[in-house]
Amino acid sequence: MNTRYLNLNLAVIGLLLLGLCFGCKPKNAGNAVSGDAAQQVYVAPGSYDEYYNFVSGGFSGQLSVYGLPSGRLLRVIPVFSLDPEKGWGFSEETKPMLNTSHGMVPWDDLHHVQLSKTNGEYDGKWVFVNGNNTPRLARVDLKTFRTAEILELPNSGGNHSSPFITENTEYVVAGTRFSVPLDDQDGDVPINTYKKNFKGTITFVRVDKTKGNMDIAFQIETPGINFDLSRAGKGVSHGWFFFSCYNTEQANTLLEVNASKNDKDFIMAVNWKKAEEYLKQGKGKKVKANYVHNTYNEETHTATSETKHEVTVLSSAELKDLCYFIPCPKSPHGTDVDPSGEYIVGSGKLAALIPVFSFSKIMKAIEGKKFEGDYAGIPVIKYEEALYGEVQKPGLGPLHTEFDDKGNAITSMFVSSELVRWNVKDLKVIDRVPTYYSTGHLMVLGGDTKKPDGKYVIAYNKITKDRYLPTGPELAQSAQMFDITGDKMKLVLDFPTIGEPHYAQAIKADLVKDNSVKTFKLEENKNPFAAKGEGETKVVREGNKVHVYMTAIRSHLTPDNIEGIRMGDEVYFHVTNLEQDWDVPHGFAIKGANNGELLIMPGETQTLKWTPDRVGIFPFYCTDFCSALHQEMSGYLRVSPKGSNVALTFSTGTNLANE
Amino acid sequence: MNKQFIQMKTDELTSRSKIILMVCALALVAVIFCPIWRIDLDAPQYPEGLRLLIYSNKLAGNVDIINGLNHYIGMKALRADDFVEFTVLPYLIAFFAILFILAAIWGKKRGLYILLLLFVIFGIVAMIDFWKWEYDYGHNLDPNAAIQVPGMAYQPPLIGFKQLLNFGAYAMPDIGGWMFIVVGLLVVYCAFSEWRRKVENY
Repeated sequence: MNTRYLNLNLAVIGLLLLGLCFGCKPKNAGNAVSGDAAQQVYVAPGSYDEYYNFVSGGFSGQLSVYGLPSGRLLRVIPVFSLDPEKGWGFSEETKPMLNTSHGMVPWDDLHHVQLSKTNGEYDGKWVFVNGNNTPRLARVDLKTFRTAEILELPNSGGNHSSPFITENTEYVVAGTRFSVPLDDQDGDVPINTYKKNFKGTITFVRVDKTKGNMDIAFQIETPGINFDLSRAGKGVSHGWFFFSCYNTEQANTLLEVNASKNDKDFIMAVNWKKAEEYLKQGKGKKVKANYVHNTYNEETHTATSETKHEVTVLSSAELKDLCYFIPCPKSPHGTDVDPSGEYIVGSGKLAALIPVFSFSKIMKAIEGKKFEGDYAGIPVIKYEEALYGEVQKPGLGPLHTEFDDKGNAITSMFVSSELVRWNVKDLKVIDRVPTYYSTGHLMVLGGDTKKPDGKYVIAYNKITKDRYLPTGPELAQSAQMFDITGDKMKLVLDFPTIGEPHYAQAIKADLVKDNSVKTFKLEENKNPFAAKGEGETKVVREGNKVHVYMTAIRSHLTPDNIEGIRMGDEVYFHVTNLEQDWDVPHGFAIKGANNGELLIMPGETQTLKWTPDRVGIFPFYCTDFCSALHQEMSGYLRVSPKGSNVALTFSTGTNLANE
Repeated sequence: MNKQFIQMKTDELTSRSKIILMVCALALVAVIFCPIWRIDLDAPQYPEGLRLLIYSNKLAGNVDIINGLNHYIGMKALRADDFVEFTVLPYLIAFFAILFILAAIWGKKRGLYILLLLFVIFGIVAMIDFWKWEYDYGHNLDPNAAIQVPGMAYQPPLIGFKQLLNFGAYAMPDIGGWMFIVVGLLVVYCAFSEWRRKVENY
């Protein structure tokens, strides 16, 4: 063949291929970042972020704290999961925090975050989070950024529609994701008797105004369905709570098909002021239950776990005007209330539209008894009588909605992977922007308050793929932040997150940062095992238990030579950090500990239990680089055989050989 | 005019001087309750700074933290109980306040001059004592100290700035010290104007 002819042919084929590459496939929008984005999110070294962003850690069980607008990770707060780094769940003082009626459950699935509110705005006192797996609620104190309390929920199969709160933090709610036979009933029933034996519950947990302590006020027993998400009414709708429900088909197998049959499921409206009245009238039924309540005391630096045996239950079927169902298309996920409290947005995961309900219409419908019937004894309001209007063709797979400061709503679309902004009044779509990829929750700064701070929206995504350098099959999940001050939402930042982020909230740093504790006062330390000075250090044997009252100060542990420990002993190292200076924690670790380490803040006492497994010399040391002589901050412990007559001795600086 | 009379007249303090002396006495009483001197310390890892406040009867500020840091270089711990000055100084200042009142009541220039002399001596002795105290602390180091830098002493400055390893130390009078200095200047001013008045009268 003529080579010139061949070359020409190759050139033509090459051009055709080029044309295919450039001509047919639309350009990827992934690079659509505006020019001034970097400047907008840049927080200079040494400068502070404007907001704290509390992001749920999903299956990590923890709560992460990011700075905004930089997206810098500031801290991971251990909540439901063990954290050997901080000794959380490993130290004797923190072990009771993870106790449940099932014993220690060292992990959970943390989905949602709620900042405490006063008058419908964040007050910067606490963050509430839920444990979806073994139903729990936790409260994080924003003075210490530590978990202060964990409350288990009885009569629940999983706590998903939680921990949403009322506008003055009167209540934190919890709704069961899985209906199950209630705790005081015989649960040994065939699974396919779901309709007969399975029940749902909604729990209202009272919150102490000053201390924040949680306490179950009442539970509402409901028909067996799945509760997904919830939001409190606010302003005009204060006194009501809205829960999205799915599986009204009451399927017990292959839910993806069997729970998607009904054209409409429900949003359940709960009149909690009415519930309070019923409670006062004694209409609640005392029911046996078994659940635990764990609290952490900042004076003793110790958690206690208390078992409780009773809850008060109100029946949704028997007590009138307590609950109403509002039909909502196709297995609603998010149910979100606008800043005024008048509009309730339901996001049907499989719906091609977004229904917006009107609170005043719901009230009128209830008054005029405009019901289409009842579901297990609960009146079902006619769809049209509750509906304000529908957002047409918003996108595919609407999940969650938050609100800006201009009367607009922004809804996340999982299937079409985008955020869609629409006007709450005229229900017209204004703007849409792609996300990378498949957004679950989204968050506008203050987006669930009465006064949203409409600066940014962040999409917390479920799929990451090519957003960052590859790290094997397991990737960090991605979040994207968009500037929403203008007409068009503009992508300004993309950052990885820990675990799987679900809901998140952000608060102005000014409301939190000045209350942040720097050290614990040593003289206020009430831990029974504290040694508040080196003079108080000692080693005490009680049978086979040996208590070491130890102190840590730059750069030595006292005592640092311990002898007379025998095989079969249980050694408790009670380490008090004597420092009273900012950011001087000490750590404590000993060789062969089947346990974590301790990380002890200034003025605090923490305890590590250690059981020697062999005879010999065991070094222990400070793990947190505390000073120039940190490497010298160590000691030795001698383990002798069982029955040995080596005397129990302890010292620092004196146990030197005769020369 | 009778020369004796002039002599007598010129030995009297003006009422302005008497008022100033009374005000000074009050200021000295206030000094007892105010920090007199302060030493500010700055280091890379202490962006918020550390401060040592010296009162007439105690030490205040970040004493424990400073002691904690000083043990590395073998400095003795600062403890108020170790200083006889802290028991004596409040009484000495109170004594001076009384002297000021007495001088004003007596109303004689001689009284004022004696007062000035005593006050200046007191000031000088106090500063020498303070310097000696700083010298002791900065030089009498534990030979077993963790950090030993040959030839390095850690005497903080009496006034002004000095770099001590990673710490910059900045010493200056605090409110009590400034009041003390102002009292001194006022006494000097009174004495000078009284002396000039005598010269002019001749």
